[in-house]
Amino acid sequence: MSPVATGFAIRTDSLTKRFGSQLAVDGVNLSVPLGSVFGFLGPNGSGKTTTIRLLLGLASATSGEIEVLGKRMPDDLRAVLPEVGALVEGPGFYPYLSGAANLHRLDSADGHATSATRRTRVHTALERVGLSHAAGKKVKAYSLGMKQRLGIANALLTPRRLLVLDEPTNGLDPQGTREVRSLIRSLAAEGTTVFVSSHLLAEIEQVCTDAAVMSVGRLVAQGTISELRGVGGARVRLETPDPAAAAAVLSRFGMTVAHQSGDSGELVAAFGDRETAPDAVVVALVEAGVRVRSFTIDRPSLEQRFVDLTGEGFDVAG
Amino acid sequence: MSQADRTALRSRPAVGLPLLASEISVLFRRRRTGAMLVSLALIPVLIAVAVKLSSGSSSGRGPAFLDQVSQNGLFVSFVGLLVSVPLFLPLTVGVVAGDTIAGEASAGTLRYLLIAPAGRVRLLLVKYLATAVFCLAATLAVAIAGAVIGAALFPIGPVTLLSGDSIEVGDSIVRSLLIAAYITVSLLGLSAIGLFISTMTDVPVGAMATTIVLSVVSQVLDSLPQLDWLHPWLFSHYWLGFADLLRQPISWDSFGNNAILQAGYILVFGALAFGRFTTKDILS
Repeated sequence: MSPVATGFAIRTDSLTKRFGSQLAVDGVNLSVPLGSVFGFLGPNGSGKTTTIRLLLGLASATSGEIEVLGKRMPDDLRAVLPEVGALVEGPGFYPYLSGAANLHRLDSADGHATSATRRTRVHTALERVGLSHAAGKKVKAYSLGMKQRLGIANALLTPRRLLVLDEPTNGLDPQGTREVRSLIRSLAAEGTTVFVSSHLLAEIEQVCTDAAVMSVGRLVAQGTISELRGVGGARVRLETPDPAAAAAVLSRFGMTVAHQSGDSGELVAAFGDRETAPDAVVVALVEAGVRVRSFTIDRPSLEQRFVDLTGEGFDVAG
Repeated sequence: MSQADRTALRSRPAVGLPLLASEISVLFRRRRTGAMLVSLALIPVLIAVAVKLSSGSSSGRGPAFLDQVSQNGLFVSFVGLLVSVPLFLPLTVGVVAGDTIAGEASAGTLRYLLIAPAGRVRLLLVKYLATAVFCLAATLAVAIAGAVIGAALFPIGPVTLLSGDSIEVGDSIVRSLLIAAYITVSLLGLSAIGLFISTMTDVPVGAMATTIVLSVVSQVLDSLPQLDWLHPWLFSHYWLGFADLLRQPISWDSFGNNAILQAGYILVFGALAFGRFTTKDILS
């Protein structure tokens, strides 16, 4: 089965990983389309990194199937991994070697990577993440952000068809975060599929075409960004001294009043099955003599969806 | 990049020589490795200086050959190796072998080597070979430092062997190298044990300590006469047997027995390390 035929860079079927009595990954069915920038979201401890370890053959699944670039993992690991660049659970380097020496070392571990072009490729990768000036510096003198960049450079040593980036913006300042986003965009423009995990939705929302949300080991949502955003629907927020009359008008449009507070005259109503043009609603309200102080359309942010799906707060899923 | 370029970039078969070269270079570029080799080289230097300072008053005590040192500098190497074998050499080999996999795991580099992909079997082999190279380097550090300091402080001349025969300087250098080879082989079993222990933990210090403790335990057991039956199976049993190489003609018995014993340890613990490492979940 060729990846072109399936159209998926990553596909899993009922992927499950159990540690003792704990299900870290529980029946996950991921479908990452080729060429997408796929956001893999979930709070800390939701099983994202474990899933990534399973995808890359670092850990073996308790049950379920994995297909990466159209080949089965971990059976075809040797054929698959040279085409996959990855950053997993933070960067890992030899502190006593320079940044460039570290990349040389990890590149020589790839039996398929030509040593003739190694120097050039290391140089290009360092340049791409903005580390050329620190190439000769020992990694123990690097800041967390610099190590993170070096980790990304390692993933870019050879041309890849798939990049797996686990929390790539960890430890980066806002400028660095922006650079990573533009790097992801440029890689995607070259045709690389980018699978990027994060617990901070806002950091990757702007670059993703698709996303999946994990919560306590389970996949709770998956689809294109607009699909994910669409679920839940838009709502009207209306401020008026005539709430009763307003509610009557809104119900004519098939909208249901979800929330009404008498004091401020605020009224929140959800659109029905089909979304009516907001201007038509305002005209109808005014024609019915409803005094409108303010009228807003609330579209749920992806962030709100994310919180709805994974539960609010800082509780780390045990 | 076109598909053709991609193919060209990936057409070379995976041999693993670049990884071995990289492994050896990383091992020897590490300051810790250098410090251990320098410490080992200091052992014969200390011996030679001590003998020089107290020359003339031969007490008859101390390691074998110590008395001959002041008459012939070539013996400094022999004494240095004899003194290093029970503790100092196993200590350094334990550090290197215990660090092989656990060290990569604790640095976070193991996962990156494996997704490169280095291949688990290939990585294990490369790690073992690099440890073997270190065993040779450690032994040579003692032998060469001993030869140099011996030549500098004492007269050099024909060496009188244990069998009473006398050999020329050139021949005695060959014997020194043979002894270095013997000791290197002696340390290969311990290296395999260290490699196996290293696959079981993400804490390198734990693996190092366990390996070193095992080398001591093995020698203690070897010294208990009640455990006679066990002695030929202990990996340290032939460690001090290299005196046979100082007879004329050379007696190869202990060399052969030692090599067979070490090969057995390499097979058993290599297989255990293979079984453990190829099925292990890398969660470091």
